[in-house]
Amino acid sequence: MTTQEPFEPVIIAFCCHYCAYTAADMAGTRRLCYPANVSIIRVPCSGKVDAIHILKAFEKGADGVYVAGCLDGDCHFKNGNHRASRRVAYVQKLLDDIGIGSERLAMVKMSAGMGERFAETAREFTETIRGLGPTPIRSLHRDAA
Amino acid sequence: MITAERKPIDEIIEYIRPFQKILLVGCNECVTVCSAGGRKEVGILSSMLQMAFLKQGKSLQILEHTLERQCDPEYVEELVSMIDGVDAVVSMACGCGVQEMARRYRNKPVFPAVNTKFMGASERQGVWAERCAGCGDCLLGITAGICPIARCSKQLMNGPCGGSTGGKCEISPEVDCAWALIWERLKALNLTDRYEEIIPAKDWRNGRGAGPRKIIREDLAE
Repeated sequence: MTTQEPFEPVIIAFCCHYCAYTAADMAGTRRLCYPANVSIIRVPCSGKVDAIHILKAFEKGADGVYVAGCLDGDCHFKNGNHRASRRVAYVQKLLDDIGIGSERLAMVKMSAGMGERFAETAREFTETIRGLGPTPIRSLHRDAA
Repeated sequence: MITAERKPIDEIIEYIRPFQKILLVGCNECVTVCSAGGRKEVGILSSMLQMAFLKQGKSLQILEHTLERQCDPEYVEELVSMIDGVDAVVSMACGCGVQEMARRYRNKPVFPAVNTKFMGASERQGVWAERCAGCGDCLLGITAGICPIARCSKQLMNGPCGGSTGGKCEISPEVDCAWALIWERLKALNLTDRYEEIIPAKDWRNGRGAGPRKIIREDLAE
């Protein structure tokens, strides 16, 4: 008899250096807990995250991806967070087109001082993805292995 | 530039469904500028196809390559070493590039991944608009630099028509009346006397009216 392992989602968070990445630091300094499922990739601005970065994350087995940028009007590079929001909306359509599902991708915004918000976002998104289950891509990768 | 848009993913999937290994070829020229078929879009389409096929339980091998220009034989030749190893080619170039690929690699099925749209200019980031219809006899010198062939819905030579309202075309309030634009610019340039001249009927044989066209430059042709 085989026991089924509990599903632990793999989540990639592209975090802007000027806000969400620093907020993650803040969360750590304040000893706030957030799920270890979230792997952070630091980017110089959320506007740096391209469609191909997000798609490659899914292609390589991520169950969920979010892009975390600065609050509206606070982008260090003026409008990178706004561009990131539009790009995320575009990739959400691509994900729907290929049946992965747009709800596995999100755009969130926070400031560098929002450690609590960072931890809360990580917890909430992890639970959302846990509810959706693994992506078909991930399970197929596992079958192939 | 020649503008294009990626085809719906389901159409591309249907084209390549029978094949195991494909070569996905982009072009560094017009389709790169209009974000339809350059290196970046090749990567995005490749990733989408990989996931779509994996989801259907099928493995697909994709080679990615982007040529400097897909409408030029000397660049298309670069693919010689890759072509034997694939079952089919998917081109993200305009129709010219797709046909050049099909002409050079005649034993290989070649499929288009974009719909070629029109010759246009960038209005602002992410927005392209039709500007030239390739009529073969440019009128811009007498129409204040605004083309009535490409930009008037009726291709009127002596407009505007009665459907022009408040500077907009009757087909849509989003479409500028080309003749209203021409008149405003002629006024600004103090050249309104040009408007008084009747433009004679156009010889459409310079355009597509006489069939497919060809330019032969005797000093360059070999």
